[in-house]
Amino acid sequence: MLKFVVRRLLLLGPILLGLSVLLFFWVRALPGGPAVALLGERATPESLARVEQLYGLNQPWYVQYSKFLTRAVQLDFGNSTQTNRPVTEEMARTFPATFELAVAALLLAVAVGIPLGYLAARHYGRWLDNLSVTGSLLGVAIPVFFLAYILKYVFAVRLGWFPTQGRQDPRMDADHPTGLYVLDGILTGNLEASWDAVMHLVLPAFALASIPLAIIVRITRASVLDVVHEDYVRTAEAKGLWERTITRRHVLRNALLPVVTVVGLQAGLLFSGAILTETVFAFDGVGRFVAEAISNRDYAVLQGFILVIAALYVLINLAVDVSYGLIDPRVRVK
Amino acid sequence: MTNSATGPLLDVRDLTVTFTRRGGPDTRAVDGVSFQVSPGQTLGLVGESGSGKSVTSLAVMGLLPRRSVSVEGHVYFDGDDLLTLPRDRMRDIRGRDMAMVFQDPMTSLNPVVPIGVQVTEVFERHQDMTGEAARKAAAELLDRVGIPDPGRRLKEYPHQLSGGMRQRALIAMALACRPRVLIADEPTTALDVTIQAQILELLKDLVQDTGAALIMITHDLGVVAGLCDTVHVMYAGRVVESAGRRELFAEPRHPYTGGLLASVPRLDAPRGAPLQPIPGSPTDVLSWPDGCAFAPRCPNRIDACTGAPPPLEAIGGRTLRCVNPLPTAEEVPA
Repeated sequence: MLKFVVRRLLLLGPILLGLSVLLFFWVRALPGGPAVALLGERATPESLARVEQLYGLNQPWYVQYSKFLTRAVQLDFGNSTQTNRPVTEEMARTFPATFELAVAALLLAVAVGIPLGYLAARHYGRWLDNLSVTGSLLGVAIPVFFLAYILKYVFAVRLGWFPTQGRQDPRMDADHPTGLYVLDGILTGNLEASWDAVMHLVLPAFALASIPLAIIVRITRASVLDVVHEDYVRTAEAKGLWERTITRRHVLRNALLPVVTVVGLQAGLLFSGAILTETVFAFDGVGRFVAEAISNRDYAVLQGFILVIAALYVLINLAVDVSYGLIDPRVRVK
Repeated sequence: MTNSATGPLLDVRDLTVTFTRRGGPDTRAVDGVSFQVSPGQTLGLVGESGSGKSVTSLAVMGLLPRRSVSVEGHVYFDGDDLLTLPRDRMRDIRGRDMAMVFQDPMTSLNPVVPIGVQVTEVFERHQDMTGEAARKAAAELLDRVGIPDPGRRLKEYPHQLSGGMRQRALIAMALACRPRVLIADEPTTALDVTIQAQILELLKDLVQDTGAALIMITHDLGVVAGLCDTVHVMYAGRVVESAGRRELFAEPRHPYTGGLLASVPRLDAPRGAPLQPIPGSPTDVLSWPDGCAFAPRCPNRIDACTGAPPPLEAIGGRTLRCVNPLPTAEEVPA
């Protein structure tokens, strides 16, 4: 088991190295450059040259790349040209926000998706099943930004049940030791701040959860439909076990195997997929910051953020593989 | 109807199972099957694939799906008609008074649950045993069915056991509460020949020890010869001949029974002698209302075979559904 984890972690090195090369050239292939983005179209060649020198952009590419690489391994990604602050500082600010949002969305998708998928399978062909199948189709088909605007308009603007934007009421007097606002409120004993953060999370989490929720419903439903016809479920019935024991121990434990894989893949996607949701709800997270970095040609931010997101993606998938082994003894790695 | 002490333990009368399909014709898988079995007795249900023998056993156990299946007739057990019992009462009987051993031990065990849990759950459900007591009982049970080192096996998963061990484990689960009726649905089909003999021996011993009634479902006449007291031969959902084991083997009267016996390869046949299959396939059936279902494949076919269904008649200690049976020894001209 440990060997397996170590081997997978060692693979992370080559993956990130390859990605860093791709990234380095991709950001430089964007038309314009950070100097133009900062100073505008009408900047003089002299002032452009000054900015380029300031950020070392006038050096040959191999010098720039080797500098980037040697600093990156020390977790230093340089300064953002947008904010002029260290990229790592920007990460510390935005990652907890997106992490909080992604976890909320994932919890929502799992907590609603698995029971709904199970019930749909159990009521196969009846109205609940048809409703959940149609609903999940809509969930995948409706563009996230559209859904986000609808949610915001109906529940925040019209009904006023939830705040329209941000992560917390700016008038709230709250400390943020971890940057996870819900957790911060609990840690500092400021439950009011926690609750306010939760209320700010609800609508964006719903919007972000729509696609993974729909996929989880579909996969759970199909998987349960397969498993209930398995011989071992018949064996369990032949033992006269109670229906809830059969469901929990014999149906769900097997039916959830494919769901775990999908949840892992979706968890990785949530991090990069939060751009639209974060933009609509002015949620100060990774997605929004990276989107701005693209239009500002903020090389340092793009390189650093995307590398870290990729590393997270690999780690999440590793966690999925390990947890898979915990549920299914047949694939348990020795 | 109530059972007197000497009456049969399980009395199946006119059992009829019909599968209904939306937009398709109904399929009558079992058609008016009746049989009785007493404590300590072993009854064989014999027939090729699709003859309705497995469906019969599932119907008796109440394991057929409720949707699109209609079960008619009576299954008397202990004075109750099992077909009219409420579902929860039937759950109490299954696994405690009536148990079943299935065909394929690989697929009939839950792959992600340890063997121990799959055995102890029967004790927990029916005998209110928990924890250490249930584990101890499970270990004793595994030992009784010939699984060495039961303490270790309880912690293992089905894929870590050999085919024979898995079938022993399934038998252990079925025997956990000392059921009075045990139904074994081709328990040896998936096993190799030496293991087959061991498993049959085990079943025989266990039935003798506990005085249970055993219903043996098989297509293997060798199994019947070694184990059964009475034999019911099924074809296309109906019993075509039933008799004591000796009478049936000595003198098959139904041409289908005769064909089954003749098709068993014999060690004393000359080398290179061709096997004697029954011509045609089980799909060449006539629907029973139009005559004998076996008529299209029958060597003894006469005009009277088609037109009306042959009745099931009692002839000299056996029942037979044939208008032109094979001759008895006395009738055969010298």
